[in-house]
This record gives sequence, C-alpha cells and structure tokens, in this order.
Amino acid sequence: MSRDGADRRRIAAWILVAAIACVPVLAAAASPLQRGRELLWIIGGMAGVLALSLLFLQPLLMAATPPLMQVRAGVTWHRRGGIAIVAMVAVHIGALYLYSPEDITDALLLVAPTPFSLYGVISLWCLVLTAALAATRRVLKIGYRPWRILHSVLAVAVVGASAIHAIQIEGAMEEYSKLAICIAALLVTTVAAVEVNVLAPMRRRTALRKA
Amino acid sequence: MTSQSRAADITSIAKEETMTAKIIVTDRRVLLTGALAIGAAGLLPRSVTPATAQSSASNGFAPTETMAGGSNNYVANAPLVQNLGTGFVASGVVRRAGDGKPLSNIRVQIWAATERGGERVPSNRGSVMTGPDGSYRLDISPIVPQFGQPHIHIAYDDPGFATLFLRPVLNSRHDKALTADFVLAPAAGNEPRRS
Repeated sequence: MSRDGADRRRIAAWILVAAIACVPVLAAAASPLQRGRELLWIIGGMAGVLALSLLFLQPLLMAATPPLMQVRAGVTWHRRGGIAIVAMVAVHIGALYLYSPEDITDALLLVAPTPFSLYGVISLWCLVLTAALAATRRVLKIGYRPWRILHSVLAVAVVGASAIHAIQIEGAMEEYSKLAICIAALLVTTVAAVEVNVLAPMRRRTALRKA
Repeated sequence: MTSQSRAADITSIAKEETMTAKIIVTDRRVLLTGALAIGAAGLLPRSVTPATAQSSASNGFAPTETMAGGSNNYVANAPLVQNLGTGFVASGVVRRAGDGKPLSNIRVQIWAATERGGERVPSNRGSVMTGPDGSYRLDISPIVPQFGQPHIHIAYDDPGFATLFLRPVLNSRHDKALTADFVLAPAAGNEPRRS
C-alpha cells in the first residue's frame, strides 16, 4: 500500500469518526430546549452528551489504531480518553446535583421514578470500577490477558447501560443523532472487544506459527 | 375538538365504565388501556376479576398515594396565581376519601419545568383553589422535560387533609393539557403512629 493511500484512508476515517461524534453534540447544543434552561442544567446535560460521544471514540483509540493513528499514540489517547470520560461523568452528575439535588439523590439511591436512572447508575458504578482498576492495575499486578478481558467486559457494560440511559431520556438530544451515536458506540465497543480479545491474539498466533 | 375536551370526554367515559375508586387521570394512553382492560375484565367470571375492579364498590374512594419524586424541588406555600403563563392546562377534581365528595376551596400547589426555565424558577410555581365542584385549573407555559421526563408536580400540603405529592408524567412532551384527579385522606392518616 502506498503512503498516499494510507494518508487518504486515515483522513477519510477521521472525517467519518468526527462526524459521528460531533453531530449529536452539536444537535443537543442547538436544541430549542436549551433556551429556557439555567446554566447548571445546560452544563450537566451537555457533559452527559459529551461523555456519550467519548464512549464512541474510546474503543477506536485502542482497536482501530492503524487507520486512525499509530498504536503507541492510540494507547496514550485511550488513557486520556478514559480520564476525559470520568471527568465528563463527574461534571454530568455534579452539575445536575447542584441544579436539583433531590432528583440526583433519588437516582443514586435507586428510588427515582424515572426508569433510565437505574441504567445511569449501573453505568456509573461500572465506570468507577473500570477507572479504579485502570489506576491500580500495576499495583494489583493484573496480567495483560485477564486485564483486557475484564476491561472489555466492563467497557461493554458501561456503554450498554449508557446507551439505554440516553435512549430513554427525553431531553435536549435530537432523537436520530442520539440513536445513531448509541448504536455506533455499542457497535464499536463490541467490535473492539472482539478485535482485542479474539482477532488480534489469533493473528499473533498465526504470525508466530509462520515464523 | 381540542385535546383537552377529548381528555375530559375520555375521563367521563372511564368513570362511568369503571366507577373506579382511585382516579388519577394523567395519561390518555394509560386511561384507554385501563378502560379496555377493565371492560375486558367484565367479561371474565367473577372469581378471576382483578381485585382493583371489585374493591371500588365496597371501599368507596381510596386516598391517592404520594408518588416517587413527587416532592422534589417543592418550596412550601406557592403563592396564589391567576396563571403561570399559557399554552398548557393542568386540571382535575379533588375528592374526599370514602364518599368521594368533591372538595371546594382546597389549595392545590403546582410547579413544573416550562419553556421559561426549570422547576425552581419562581414564576413556574403557583397555587390555585378548587371551585365549588372540587375542580381546579391552572394555565401554565408549555411544559418541557426536566430530568428526562416531561412532568408536573402537584402538592396538597395544608392542615385539613393528609399531605400529598404527585408527579404525573405527560403522555408526550407536546401535550397541551393534563388531568390529575386525586382523593385526599383524613389528616390523621398521615400522623406518626403513637404507641
């Protein structure tokens, strides 16, 4: 493959990825529902939308690195992406707590009347566990194989629960772009989990056998 | 025919058909499904009929129960208002538990997120009194979803009867009206039990 072809493929891939990630964020920001909202409500809502978009980007940084960027850069950005997701979720919950403490308290204690709160909380705790494990992986001496399996399972849980959470919410997100980003995030996470845990190890084995 | 009058028609149909004790009419779809279900239940042998359909005749009007999240963002003593804007109508009938007598001159407190801001915005909060027929009605600016669901809050929080907090959800965020009838329990029912 020529160098020009690789560059063109990389640019095309980035345009597609950026479009899928940005459209729901821009659509939510442009929603007429934002007009009457107080600042904390806007911040809390948009942080959730951004976190959802980042959940779509995050697996790509690990599993689609040859087309998108170099593998080493991918690992660095995957780590930054993880920190950004945790930060966005913290802002999402923190700002909404400051805006309406009782609603968030109900949600966290699983007594809210809204069905999507449960999925938000499931996603939150899976994310907390993921972040805690990522931060202490070396201290706990978790090997690469169990780590990638555990991390993939948690990632699928976080994205799955987040998608249900988002789809059930009636809010500023535009319906079609919301559905699109949720499906895209689920698809990318599933494919990435299969790639990292099944396809890549298989390729490595084949390469070893040939050598 | 406006959606509001249609809702009212359906309400009256449902009342005739079910003579239900607990009347919270919040949602046309639920109401229709309920009416159909109870209509279908009438075809079943008596022993299979759900308890809810039977209890109404013997117990009379059972008190409406407080809903989860009903009291969120409640600020006591919402001022009496003429309206909270226009574009949406919240209405209903307040009754007494037991005999179902409509209660007049009852203060109904309402707050909701509207196009003008969230539930905590002072201009989204107000009280109305029920008329001689026990009905109340409040015009509000168009309702928008807050915390992921388009809903309004209704409170009864005066000494005469037990405190009640409702959180009816709109059938659709584009609905222009919502009917919430409720039944108040005697005040003693809400007192802490003395041993």
